[in-house]
Amino acid sequence: MDPVIDNLDLYWSGFLRSLSIIGWSLVGSLLLGTLIAAFRVSPVASLRAFGSGWVTVVRNCPLTIVLFFMAFGLPELGVNASFYLFGVAGLIIYTSAFVCEAIRSGINSVSAGQAEAARAIGLPFTLTLTQVVLPQALRATVPPLGSVQIAMFKNSAVVGAFGVGGDLYSVGRNLTSAQGFSYIPVLTGVAIGYLVITLAAGALLAVIERKVAIAR
Amino acid sequence: MSQTSVLYDAPGPRAVRRARIGTALAILAFLGLAALVVLRLADRGQFDAELWNPWVNPSDDSFSAVWGLVGRGLVATLVAATLAIVLALVVGVLLGVARMMLGNRLRVPVVLWIELFRGLPVVITIVFVWRAMVELGIDVGPLPGDPALWYLVIGLTLYNSVIIAEILRAGVLSLPRGQREAALAVGLTNGQTMRTILLPQAFRVMLPALISQLVVVLKDTSLVAVIGLGYLELLRRGNQISQNLDNPIQSLLIVALIYIVINYSLSKLAEYVERRLGQASGSSAGNGLDAGTAGSQAA
Repeated sequence: MDPVIDNLDLYWSGFLRSLSIIGWSLVGSLLLGTLIAAFRVSPVASLRAFGSGWVTVVRNCPLTIVLFFMAFGLPELGVNASFYLFGVAGLIIYTSAFVCEAIRSGINSVSAGQAEAARAIGLPFTLTLTQVVLPQALRATVPPLGSVQIAMFKNSAVVGAFGVGGDLYSVGRNLTSAQGFSYIPVLTGVAIGYLVITLAAGALLAVIERKVAIAR
Repeated sequence: MSQTSVLYDAPGPRAVRRARIGTALAILAFLGLAALVVLRLADRGQFDAELWNPWVNPSDDSFSAVWGLVGRGLVATLVAATLAIVLALVVGVLLGVARMMLGNRLRVPVVLWIELFRGLPVVITIVFVWRAMVELGIDVGPLPGDPALWYLVIGLTLYNSVIIAEILRAGVLSLPRGQREAALAVGLTNGQTMRTILLPQAFRVMLPALISQLVVVLKDTSLVAVIGLGYLELLRRGNQISQNLDNPIQSLLIVALIYIVINYSLSKLAEYVERRLGQASGSSAGNGLDAGTAGSQAA
């Protein structure tokens, strides 16, 4: 394990870089995914069509192709950015489709009777939505949304492998191909880095799930 | 929406009018956006015949070569995905059963194994398997086919088998408790209960989730294109072609369409099977797996 111990500072900076990819993608995918979900449940037919088209295309396309499109397709159109930006944007687009479906399933899990009962006791639309429907929908959204985001954390390694530079995966690649350390110890270090992220996220999610769980 | 929505009242005349206006406005906005993209594409010469002809014009010199390469890539992708899902199913069932049937102490290593490979990004698992096997001199030569294929398949199997083990466990847990109790009460052993009562029912429940997992595996085979493993599957072939013809947008679009068509059909098949099973059993046995399916889909 010497290559790992001797390069702990490299690993640490790679860890932070991976966390920054994850952080931006988390915020971006939640925003974009919520927007697409709002499209998918809106009363406006063309927005619904756009939303379901987006989900169908993005969800059935490998993340690698989304990333290739960003990095090799967009420059053909005169859009140039760093691989970091392309990588994060690709991960946001890819994850947004799964976020959208998680939110939609949360909304669908609230039975229509809830809204009907709210209206029957005279609540106006805004109160029905904010006091009755959304609180239940958000709670039901937490478990699927959490697993979608943990999957995104893992997919950040694909963005790293794609060539963002400086993240955990790149540190591993750099230490092995450029500096000639053997693969097993170096990659073990990389794997531990990702395990720390995903296991911590999983534990955090379990705590949150317990907090918001509803007995039905 | 045909079914009643929890979010909105049945629309009255004014709401219907507003929705129509909104629909028209949104269509205009999308058309405007699409026009911008098309103009940009045209401006950059992306509709030039030389970029498209190899893909769409049968009389083009490269046409048959290009589709031949893509065809071979597609076969390679399907071979890898099929091997991985079959192996993952076998290993996954063994792991899942071991996790459910072993005693408290013996179960620990199985649980650790499952948590380990569930927490690792699959791309890391594949790279690790590949590099470690080469470094340790473990020879995949006796296995038929390309060594690179086996590094990919073993990596995918490690990841997907633990997912399948968890799907199976969720399937067994979703069965009514009385099933197990009744089996034990009539004198079946633990093993017989699992084999003859619980697993057959769990398999039925997990079939849709299994098909969805195949979509994940299909998508993950394309990871070889970013890690530099020399297995020429669909995306790598498409990438090669795009570099030779210098038309990344067109080539990637074709390759993406192939993935989307296959995966979309598989997703629809999964939905269909789920509906059929729901009707057949007339119960809500399928519900226990929804969260698991949604989560693994994203992986």
